[in-house]
Amino acid sequence: MKILKIFIIVFLSASFSQLKSDEKNNELKSKILKNIRCLICQGQSVYDSESDFASSIKAIVDRKINEGLMEEQIYEFLREKYGDWVIYVPKLNKNTYILWLLPLLLFLFGGAIIYKKISKNKNEQ
Amino acid sequence: MKNKLNLFIIIIFLSFCFGIFYKGLNNSNTYVPKTKDKKNIPIFEAKDFNSNIYVGSEKIFEEDNFYIVNIWASWCVPCRTEHPFLMELSKSQSVKLIGLNYRDNQINAKNFINKFGNPYSKILIDSDGTLSVEFGAYGVPETFIIDKNKKIIKKFIGPINKETVEEIKLIIK
Repeated sequence: MKILKIFIIVFLSASFSQLKSDEKNNELKSKILKNIRCLICQGQSVYDSESDFASSIKAIVDRKINEGLMEEQIYEFLREKYGDWVIYVPKLNKNTYILWLLPLLLFLFGGAIIYKKISKNKNEQ
Repeated sequence: MKNKLNLFIIIIFLSFCFGIFYKGLNNSNTYVPKTKDKKNIPIFEAKDFNSNIYVGSEKIFEEDNFYIVNIWASWCVPCRTEHPFLMELSKSQSVKLIGLNYRDNQINAKNFINKFGNPYSKILIDSDGTLSVEFGAYGVPETFIIDKNKKIIKKFIGPINKETVEEIKLIIK
């Protein structure tokens, strides 16, 4: 009887941890798929698309997660196959630095104009 | 003077925006990454279409030959138009054709081959499309040229035609 109880506890805890791990993998899979562009669709992520291309990418991402690859390693794999464009959030490199730095520059430029206007108004008062 | 400077800045900014949108609208909707670098063939294992036995990529590409990897499916209409050109290429001794049967029903695929002929020295089953992703493909049909160093040197998206065949013949010469 005691052995049976121990067996049930071990079985339940193993099933629970398996469920937890599956849930974690599904969350990771959704996160990755939402960040991959469907290259043959118009403005859709692989997560939202039902195309053959998207289904193939979903299958391969699933496989890579089960193989134990990390999120960044999966992005790297896809970048190598399809280029930077396939990932919605591009890496900072010589081709993308304008993309990353331009909003910051515009923000600083706008901030400087506002600051100048405010200090001018103060001086006039 | 100050108004003129403001007007100048606004005109420059609007011209910049116009330039970006004009360039963007003129670009093709189909994205194809730049393929300057020769890529190694992926390492994989796939089911053979005829024997249903798994074969490794090193076994498939073991000969000192040029290879053409063609992704096809029986349901793909453009695959039918390019099939005669593949048959023509299969006559060449300096190249071997490998077919990747993409997301297909095996019976339909066999009927397709029986009806139109078999240009492939080996056909591999890619039932979930993951093998095509390993090659960096978008869908069907797609054709890759692999040189003797086992590098992917050229990729054709869409059906091949007479011009493509001439180009391939020049590469494998």
